Order: sequence, then C-alpha cells, then structure tokens
Amino acid sequence: MTRYILRRLLQAIPLLFIISLVLFILMQNMGDPLATMGGRKVTRTEDRIRLARQLGLDKPILVQYIYWLVGNDWAKTDLDGDGVAETPGSRKGVLRGDWGISLVNRQPVTKVIGERLSNTLLLMVTAEAVIILAALLIGIYSALHQYTAKDNIITATTFIFYSMPVFFFALLAMYIFAVNFKKWGLPYLPTVGMFEPAAGQTPVQVAWHMILPVATLSFGFIAGYSRYIRSTMLEALGQDYVRTAKAKGLPRPEVVYIHALKNASLPIVTIIALDLPFLLGGAIVTERIFGWPGMGRLFLDHVSRSDTAVVMGILMMIAVAVIVFQIIADVTYAWLDPRIRYK
Amino acid sequence: MAESTLEQPKPGIASLTPDELETPPLSLGQLTWRRFRRHRMAIFGSVVLFLIVIYAFGGMLVFSEAYSNRTETGARLQAPSREHPFGTDTIGRDILARTIYGGQISILIGLTAMLVELLLGVTIGAMAGYFGGRLDSVLMRTTEAVLVIPQIFLLLVMARYFAQSIPNIEFLGRTFSGSVLVIIFVIGITSWPYLARIVRSQFLSVKENDFILAARATGTSTRDIIFRHILPNSIAPIIVSATLSVAAAITLEAYISFLGLGVRPPTATWGNMLEGAYNYVESAWWLWFFPGLLIALIVLSINFLGDGLRDALDPHSRAI
Repeated sequence: MTRYILRRLLQAIPLLFIISLVLFILMQNMGDPLATMGGRKVTRTEDRIRLARQLGLDKPILVQYIYWLVGNDWAKTDLDGDGVAETPGSRKGVLRGDWGISLVNRQPVTKVIGERLSNTLLLMVTAEAVIILAALLIGIYSALHQYTAKDNIITATTFIFYSMPVFFFALLAMYIFAVNFKKWGLPYLPTVGMFEPAAGQTPVQVAWHMILPVATLSFGFIAGYSRYIRSTMLEALGQDYVRTAKAKGLPRPEVVYIHALKNASLPIVTIIALDLPFLLGGAIVTERIFGWPGMGRLFLDHVSRSDTAVVMGILMMIAVAVIVFQIIADVTYAWLDPRIRYK
Repeated sequence: MAESTLEQPKPGIASLTPDELETPPLSLGQLTWRRFRRHRMAIFGSVVLFLIVIYAFGGMLVFSEAYSNRTETGARLQAPSREHPFGTDTIGRDILARTIYGGQISILIGLTAMLVELLLGVTIGAMAGYFGGRLDSVLMRTTEAVLVIPQIFLLLVMARYFAQSIPNIEFLGRTFSGSVLVIIFVIGITSWPYLARIVRSQFLSVKENDFILAARATGTSTRDIIFRHILPNSIAPIIVSATLSVAAAITLEAYISFLGLGVRPPTATWGNMLEGAYNYVESAWWLWFFPGLLIALIVLSINFLGDGLRDALDPHSRAI
C-alpha cells in the first residue's frame, strides 16, 4: 500500500508541472496587470516600462514561468533599463516555498491566501458535515419506505433540487428567509458577510451568518447523495447476509444500521472525496452571492485584476488538494473493502 | 398492449398466422421509444422542454429583437405590469422579451457546446480506447490534468483569456456578441474529459467482441471498425451523456455570466440577465426570478429526459 501511495504521488508531479505551465501561459493574456495595479493609475509610458521591468513582466513567458517556479536569485536583471543586467533577483520560486507577491496589494501570496483559507474551510467543512448527515438520513429513510407516497415525494424533491442551479437556490432562499421574513416581522437570516460589524466576529454571529451559505452549498449534494444512498441501501438490503441477519432474529435497527448501512456506505466515501472539485465550484458562486470573505471571492477579485501570482497560488493549491483527495479516495476504499488490492 | 389485451381475450396460438407468431424484430429506435414513453418523468421533461423551446423561438413572432434590447431609462426596475408582464431591468429593458431572446442564445450555447464536447470527447476517447498503449496513456494523462482543476475555475480563467476584444458577429441578419463563440468554445473544451472516459471504457469492452475480430479478419479498415462497428455499439451512453451535457452547458454559461465573465451585452442570455441580480434581491425580485426559473426548468426537463433515455437505451432492460 505504501508503494502504491508513493507511486501515485510520483505520478502527480509531472501532472502538476504540466498544469502549472498551461495555467501560467493562459494567465498571461488575461489583461494588463499594470492597468489595474492597486488602484493606482500608471499612465506615463516610461513609468509603465519601468514597472514592467521591475516586476519582470517584460520577459518572455517561459522565463517568467521559470522565475515563478525556481526563483530568479541566480539570475541578474536589468532594473534601470540601461541594457546591463546588474541587480540579482530576490524571488525564491514556488519550489522553494516562495509563491511570489500579489500585484494588487503587494502582500506575499501565502499571506493573502492564508487569510481567506480558513473562512473557506469553515464553510466547506460545515457544508460537508451537513451534506453527509442529511443525505444519510434522507437516503436511508426513502430506502426503508421504498415506493411509498413519502418516498415518491422525496424522489421528486431531490430531482428538483439536484437540477436547480446554485444561484437560483441562493436568490430564492435570500428572498424568502431574509427579505420576506423581515417583512413579516419574523427573525430573518443575514445575507451578507460573516458577522455584523457592530457585534464583532463572535461564534454565534458567524454561525448565524453561515446558515444560508451552507444551505446553498449543500442542497445539490444532499439531493444527489441521498439518491445514491437510497440505491446502495436498497441493494444491500436485498443481500443474503441481510436476510441471514433478519432470520437469526437480530433487532431491526441492528440489521439496518450495522449490516446493511456499513456495506452500503462504502462507495459513498469515494464519491465524497472525488467530488471535491464540484464543492469548490459551488463555493465560488456561494461566496460571491453571500459576500463570504473566502478563497472563491479572492479568486474572482484577483482574476479580474490579472494578478497572476495569487491566481496561480489558488489554482495550484486546489490542484494539489484534488489529487490528494483522489489518492485518499482510493486508499480509503481499499481499506474499507478488503477485497480490493492495489499493487 | 396491456390495456387492449385486458378487454378482449387472447386468440389461441393455433389461430395465428405464422406472420403474427414471429413479430418482426424491433430496431434500437423502436425499442427505445417503447420504453421511453412509459417513463412518466421523461415524458413530462420532454413536454416542458418542448414548451420552453416554443417559448424562446415562437416568442420571436411577438417581440422584435430591437424591442428586447431597447432601453427606456424612464421605466427602470418596474414591477411586472400589463405593459411589461415580467417587469423591466436596471436600464428599462423589457424582461419578457429578453427572456425570449436570451433563451435562444442559452439553448444555442447548450447545443453547440455539447457538439464541441462530443467531437473532442468521442475522438479522444475512441483513440485512447481503440489504440491503447502510449497514445492511451498520453491522452488519459491529459484528461486527468483537465479534471484536476475544477471546471468553473478553468472556465473563468479561459473566458478571460479568450474574451479580449472579439468583435460582434453578424449571423442570419442578427448581431451577436462575439463572446457567445468564446463561451461555447471554452465550455466545450473544458467539458470533454468525462465523455472521453465513458467512450474509452466502451471502446475497451466492445473491441474485445468476436464481431470485431471477424471484421478485422475480413480486412475491414481501422476507420470502418471504429465508426461502423464499435461506435454504433457504444452509442447509448454517448447519447445520454450528450443530452445531460446540454443542461450542464446551459448551467455553466449561467454561472460564468452570473459571475460577470460570460456573454457580453447587447446579446441577452438567461445567464447574463442574472448578472448583478443579487444586488436586487430585496428591491426587484422579477429581475432574477424569471430567467432563473427558466434555467432551472430547462435543466430539470433535460435531466428528466436524459434519465428516461438512460433507462430506455439500456440494452439489458427487458421491458418493451
């Protein structure tokens, strides 16, 4: 198993290099980073040329990529424009842990992302917990009541939610639970940010502000996974070992939750790990709508300002996370199902 | 069928002519249709889809495109009324007319992005599955690389990359924003990996059949084996996947337009009608409700249709 994990990690390295190179090239045509730099207008031509030289933007793309990857402290650059390269660079490069400096606010990329990462994780981990819990409850319930009126209603509802775009759900939820509840004098949910500035960032405030974003992020996954759990549960409930368990007189909860559910939940573990990209995609829309100060919003802000360093940082972090979760999915599956062997 | 046999008793076997004893074999299309029409949700989906298409294309006869793009600054953000049944937007355009013309573009983007995806996905999947070896591993590594970055992030970066100053295009006497082409292209080239994987696995299993061996033995060309023997036998999952990807493409267009990097004005789409709508949740619900509802409805109906097709095209299904 250790060899398998090592091999998968080694295979991921060339993949990451290729992805980073392609993304880096894509990012060079995203617009003029100098035009939107930090809100300052750089209008004079000589200023533009000087700035581009200082930031290394005048170099060919491949050179810029190599500087991004391994740094430029081994090379000398021509800062004053007299044609003589004399100043040694100061960047260490991604491979040595230096992710560069944001063009927008001149902060190190790791700091810019680090400030937002915990907010996104808070949202995603909570949503994931809600998703698993709700999907298990709904899936098991409708499997145990197959083809009853309640099961049919659940089926129809999950289908509708599964097809509903994230933004439409979010706007509807805001309209009902924030706008109309306020109008009717009921306690209404907040729609923007993480906390009321007056009340400060207390756990209660954050939890209260999280209700709508978490619901928005989870509803589609709850709908999809509960369908999936329903079908795996039905399959497991039809197995011989479940009949045996029933026949030897085990109490029903034990049959359902120990014998059937344990086996039915195997594939779900894999799916949850492999669906990370979709959860991240949902997070970007959710954060935008609800003004949640997370990575998705950071990404949108910095894409629109052509801030290569930050955008590359976010994308590479996501790529690594997705690959790691793919490996985790495989390993967990083999660990849970002893019939599977990796070589 | 079932209803008619209940009323009149079955004629005895002896009274049947040989022709009636051996019913002619049904083609895949006939079999599929027979199973499909029993799938109530799929029929419902098809009807809703048909109505939406009628709405988007029939509505052209009622409102002109110029009307849908006409701004009327005196009538900004008006609530639904007799004159504007769906209200007006932030610069006074009629939302009803815009959902009609926006629907055309959204449906067009869904269909053409699906075609781009189909072309890439089937070609790459077929080559990887049929030829195997080094080509397979190169193509599959590429597929993995595309899948590692979540599609929406990739779309946003690419939409920005290609969106630099594309001129408007004239087509069928109408002017379209050039960004429509950009969106179709970027959705197509980021959506193919799933389809490629499906096609590859189909090819891997179908090519092991004896009839492929027979075709090869009789000297059939590689092109004919791929396109006349393997592809028709792998068509079912491709059709289902293509159907569902129309819905996916419509949603993706809406996401990137919603996030402000999609189709540029003056061309309306259901997605870009929603751009910035979250600022008006409280003050102007009609701004986002109608285009949002139409997107949700079309996606739901296409998903129902795809689900029905999946069941109907399943070769293991015995139901007729």
